[in-house]
Amino acid sequence: MKPEDRDLVAQLCAARSGQQVDPAKDYLLETRLGPVARREGFDSIADLISGLRTRREDRLIWAIVEAMAAGDTSFFRDQALFNLFRDDLAPDLVRRRGDQPIRIWSAACATGQEVHSLAMLVDEMAGDHPAAQFEIFGSDLSERALEKAQSGLYTQFEVQRGLPIRSLVRHFDKIDDAWVISPRIRQAIRWRRLNLIGDLSRVRGFDVIFCRHVLETMIEPAQQRVIENLTAALNPGAYLVVGTHEAQVLEAQGLKAAEQAGVFRSPANARAAA
Amino acid sequence: MRTCLIVDDSRVIRKVARRILEDLGFDIAEAADGAEALAWCRTAMPDVVLLDWNMPVMNGLEFLRGLRMEPGGGAPKVVFCTVENELAAIREALESGADEYIMKPFDSEIVAAKFAQAGLV
Repeated sequence: MKPEDRDLVAQLCAARSGQQVDPAKDYLLETRLGPVARREGFDSIADLISGLRTRREDRLIWAIVEAMAAGDTSFFRDQALFNLFRDDLAPDLVRRRGDQPIRIWSAACATGQEVHSLAMLVDEMAGDHPAAQFEIFGSDLSERALEKAQSGLYTQFEVQRGLPIRSLVRHFDKIDDAWVISPRIRQAIRWRRLNLIGDLSRVRGFDVIFCRHVLETMIEPAQQRVIENLTAALNPGAYLVVGTHEAQVLEAQGLKAAEQAGVFRSPANARAAA
Repeated sequence: MRTCLIVDDSRVIRKVARRILEDLGFDIAEAADGAEALAWCRTAMPDVVLLDWNMPVMNGLEFLRGLRMEPGGGAPKVVFCTVENELAAIREALESGADEYIMKPFDSEIVAAKFAQAGLV
């Protein structure tokens, strides 16, 4: 890939999504942009970038930015965090929220594995907390990722990465070679396309936000912006869960970590959001 | 070191699984069918069994049911590893005492994830 083409992609990603494109990872650019080029009818990535320079179409720009933002994901990724949610965070919230719904947001849900994991966990917790109400939200920058997430369709390979077999049996059906999550779990989730560096002033009132493996991919001003957006969206005493390697980014922004790695808590006396 | 008994009639599958499980820190024993595996278990009960379903002499499900009847046979974790990928088959395996279930084809990432879910690594 030509350096000037790589630079253009990096500039677009930084400006549109805050994502840092590592110029040393040429293979990543080619893996991600090859399918975009084919889908958009170009013969090569070079032709795609050339077309972008000529046409400057917003749709094409977003196709590139979204493709570059796609991350690795799996069901119950970092199992310990889901155990923590089930055993500590959720019971604490159930106790504190009383009859108010507990609002959970998977802020960069990609193809849905994280938010579906949360929905399955909440479903399985219903016996222990029969009166608790949960509202679960999934958002992502990528329309294509959200489409797949909403479909609830996964390959055999995908359902074997992190999903316990009993959860597969309980929550999925098999259709030909694919696995589809049950309507009950799918319908428990509300979906929305959101850019985490955008204006999220109307996104408020969450008790737990999962935003993992996102900050580590961003340029520093975008990290700041995302942290401002997410902390503003938290209720007082609510939890923000990031990747364990991302905790230092939040600490650098003055947030205080809870005892568990990757978990932060908003001040209990913060003004309740509208 | 914990022991994993790999039960599969394919020598190639046993070889691939052995490499993956040795990397996960297991001592490995091998059996080519359920009867051989059951004889092995009567001598020394393994910590884990990675179990194929379709095998000559005694299939995986027959082995599992037999294992669970043996003294101490409730202890080993049993992870099926098979081409049987219909829900009915998976349910039958779980009801017969399987702890986890891998659908072939598999790779090291899937095996590691499944063994982690079963609390084995």
